[in-house]
Amino acid sequence: MANIKLDNLLKSYGDTEVLHGVNGDINDGEFVVIVGPSGCGKSTLLRMIAGLETVTSGEVSIGGKMVNNLEPADRDIAMVFQNYALYPHMSVYDNMAYGLKIRGIAKSEIKRRVNEAAEILEIGDYLKRKPRALSGGQRQRVAMGRAIVREPSVFLFDEPLSNLDAKLRVQMRLEIRKLQKRLGVTSIFVTHDQVEAMTLGDRLMVLNGGYVEQFGTPIELYENPQTVFVAGFIGSPAMNFIPATARDDGTVELQNGDVVPGVATTGTVTLGVRPEHLVPHDKGMFQIKVLMREQLGANTLIHGVLKGTDTEMVVSLAGTHDISEGAEMRFSAAKKLLHFFDATTGKRLS
Amino acid sequence: MLKRVHFPTSYLPYLLVAPQIIITLVFFIWPASQAMYQSLLIEDAFGLSTEFVWFENFQVLFEDPKYLESFIRTMWFSGAVALLSMGMAIILAGFADRVIRGAMVYRTLLIWPYAVAPVLAGALWVFMFNPTLGIISYFLEGFGIDWNHYLNKSQAMGLVIMAAAWKQVAYNFLFYLAAMQSIPKSVIEAAAIDGAGPLKRFWTIVFPLISPTTFFLIVINAVYAFFDTFGIIHAVTQGGPAGSTNILVYKVYNDGFVGLDLGGSAAQSVILMILVIAMTVVQFRFVERKVEY
Repeated sequence: MANIKLDNLLKSYGDTEVLHGVNGDINDGEFVVIVGPSGCGKSTLLRMIAGLETVTSGEVSIGGKMVNNLEPADRDIAMVFQNYALYPHMSVYDNMAYGLKIRGIAKSEIKRRVNEAAEILEIGDYLKRKPRALSGGQRQRVAMGRAIVREPSVFLFDEPLSNLDAKLRVQMRLEIRKLQKRLGVTSIFVTHDQVEAMTLGDRLMVLNGGYVEQFGTPIELYENPQTVFVAGFIGSPAMNFIPATARDDGTVELQNGDVVPGVATTGTVTLGVRPEHLVPHDKGMFQIKVLMREQLGANTLIHGVLKGTDTEMVVSLAGTHDISEGAEMRFSAAKKLLHFFDATTGKRLS
Repeated sequence: MLKRVHFPTSYLPYLLVAPQIIITLVFFIWPASQAMYQSLLIEDAFGLSTEFVWFENFQVLFEDPKYLESFIRTMWFSGAVALLSMGMAIILAGFADRVIRGAMVYRTLLIWPYAVAPVLAGALWVFMFNPTLGIISYFLEGFGIDWNHYLNKSQAMGLVIMAAAWKQVAYNFLFYLAAMQSIPKSVIEAAAIDGAGPLKRFWTIVFPLISPTTFFLIVINAVYAFFDTFGIIHAVTQGGPAGSTNILVYKVYNDGFVGLDLGGSAAQSVILMILVIAMTVVQFRFVERKVEY
């Protein structure tokens, strides 16, 4: 068990800086998800914590101890890789026992731990098989088993679910969550999938272009996104963004001249509103011309544009609605569900 | 339903394989069958009289203690060459696998020896180890070692083994490096996180995973040591001193073209041919299929 502290972590390859000072405190037993689009530096950050990449500057501490210069083996961590990275020439049992054998743990103890992990992960029947004789999901379990038996103080997951098919991914996601709760081991999970991030993490660190955009609980990120990027990244379908101009009276004016209650500021702002927060209303402030609708059964997605502009809008209504394409509808949203961001910096305006 | 595309009969396919078949016929099947026929004859040195003797040449060979000696010497020689060159290659490949900067230069330099003709390779080593002129024998003298491979049997053997192995290192290196680079990096990283140091990782992960390459190279190196080392032996020791480096392939030449025992020499080359065919069969039947992991 250990807490992790990232202090102004910087990584550059030659002249190219890929991480620009990442800070974050991860508490003991917490499940933190690092999420962001491809190339945002999330895997690099994880590999720096694991010790597979050198730290250019800044500090990584695990359990209060600076580990910058420690070998991966000495950091008391276990890692699950995207491609599982099982040892192809060893049986499932040997794969799990490998790290324990190297650490010189007694045979009987190795056997006990491997069997216990195999039981938790329901792979007891495959212990004698080679990895190539296993399915993707089973390999994934073996990779997890290899991490569990070591009884490390930190688990690191590098997109472990992205090679699985959609159904299995949902199932393994739940299992990873349950397992982490049961073992109570501090975990860091890297993914580009925001749904995975929202469901797994106690807290999410949203990375974009090597910067931390926001670090908070899934609900904080959903309700109070601090930047346009986080607002657009978290939530599905993504938040609608409407360009607007602030007026002196604390309202904002949309491009089609409609006025919406806003924040006290000046200049151009970006107004954000989530598709599921828009409700049909006769006097609603958002006039939308419907271009297309998608019936999903549980809800209906309406794709359209804000009337008089070419700003695309998506509305998500619960249940089924028979709305003809080409219709014009008005929607409103509660004032506290409107988000305002500075149009140039992308930062939230309180 | 027959799910096969049918092409109209044409001569094109035969034309396309013809060069390969002609080369095989002219440069392998024809001389090989000539050798087989020759091995059943006893001919005098001037080719004036020829007698068909069935397997007498082979009978004589198998009863000749010198032939048996040469056979054992060849085994020992090829074993040493394979072990030395593969051992060197695997170490170098292990280093090269970790090199990131300047990798191309390093690899290119390591591949060069392969482009050196065997006779030249032999000549290089002869000069370096020449008892009177050689730079290395000069240094060895400083350590109190009296180097003279013209007189000392084991020094002669050591020198041809070194020369032959050196030349093959480049080839083995290429294969080992390719094999090592095909191991997913994450597997090595997983082992590092599991606590295995570089040496431990090599023996428990890398070495087992490149074992198919090792099996392949054992056969290739054995064949090389059996046949392609003629030039090196010829340049360095000419089979001497006192026949101590007279391996089978050199003996074929020596008995045939120096000793002018054409029938006996042909019989020896037939035996060598059977050996290499056997090794190739082993390679294809067992090794290629046993990519076991």
